[in-house]
Amino acid sequence: MPTMPAGTLYRGKVGMWSWVLHRITGVAIFFFLLVHVLDTALVRLSPEAYNAVIGTYKTPIIGLAELGLVAAILFHALNGVRVILIDFWRKGVKYQNVMFWIVVAVALLIFIGFAPRHLAHVFG
Amino acid sequence: MSVVIEQPRSPRSRKGANWEKYGWMYMRASGALLVILIFGHLFTNLFLGEGIKAIDFAFVGGKWSDPFWKVWDLAMLWLALIHGTNGMRTIVNDYASKEAVRKTLVWALWGICAVLVTLGTLVVFTFDPCPAGAAAELLPSFCPAS
Ligand code: HEM
Ligand code: HEM
Repeated sequence: MPTMPAGTLYRGKVGMWSWVLHRITGVAIFFFLLVHVLDTALVRLSPEAYNAVIGTYKTPIIGLAELGLVAAILFHALNGVRVILIDFWRKGVKYQNVMFWIVVAVALLIFIGFAPRHLAHVFG
Repeated sequence: MSVVIEQPRSPRSRKGANWEKYGWMYMRASGALLVILIFGHLFTNLFLGEGIKAIDFAFVGGKWSDPFWKVWDLAMLWLALIHGTNGMRTIVNDYASKEAVRKTLVWALWGICAVLVTLGTLVVFTFDPCPAGAAAELLPSFCPAS
């Protein structure tokens, strides 16, 4: 019977999962940004063209996807600050674990402040 | 050809500028600035006023008639695209096992980055909030009624 490899200081812990999430959210934001620069460029074509495409941002499905985008940004940005602190702050490594949970808590707080308002705009 | 991974603590053997180090520093410097730029962008465009409901051509016309937001968006455009592209390069380096595939993907990434940075920059600099012949009700209120 193959057994599960035991965890290490890194594997299966906050260090690994924060890296996985940071990577996935980074890729997601990157692909959004490619599309976003293109849709913004439509302001050079005509007001009608821009309004038609930005109109899709206001539909329920894309509106919900925007919540996902904001969640991804919140995690990537705040965890990015955590990574910077681990690299440059003397006590960064010591507190990396606590800082991860602070990142999650702050991201959650901002998200809770944002989501109801955004949903009201999309569905109201 | 298999990849040779050097001992982590062996001294650097290659000559010339250490681009990996500059890339590493850039990820951190741009990241710190992007927190402010992107949070500000999302706050003004998604949170204030009517949020996403309020965004249309006239909204962009209002923002980009103010040099403050032009500089803001240009900084965000350059910093975010180069940060994102360099991050994607790291990921490609991690997962592409064939050297030819890796090279092609990295070239493609920087090609896309260059095109979009150029496009986005031109859009900001050549933007006209009151294009001639456009329907007046779609334009910002400061445009002369046509
Ligand atoms: C759903 C969320 C978003 C909405 C509704 C939105 C909306 C807009 C709008 C209306 C503009 C036109 C100019 C302005 O208002 O400043 C714009 C431009 C821009 N946005 Fe966003 N944005 C969103 C998310 C993002 C994110 C997450 C990023 C960064 C990763 C970003 C990066 C940019 C950039 C770089 C420009 C300038 C583009 C150019 O120079 O052509 N936006 N956005
Ligand atoms: C909002 C502010 C941001 C901060 C503070 C930030 C911070 C960072 C940092 C510090 C890294 C390096 C991680 C490491 O070396 O282990 C990184 C990687 C990365 N970032 Fe960002 N970032 C931000 C925004 C963005 C945006 C807008 C994009 C997409 C356009 C993006 C895409 C990526 C990608 C793809 C990586 C590579 C991930 C990996 O190697 O696993 N980031 N970010």
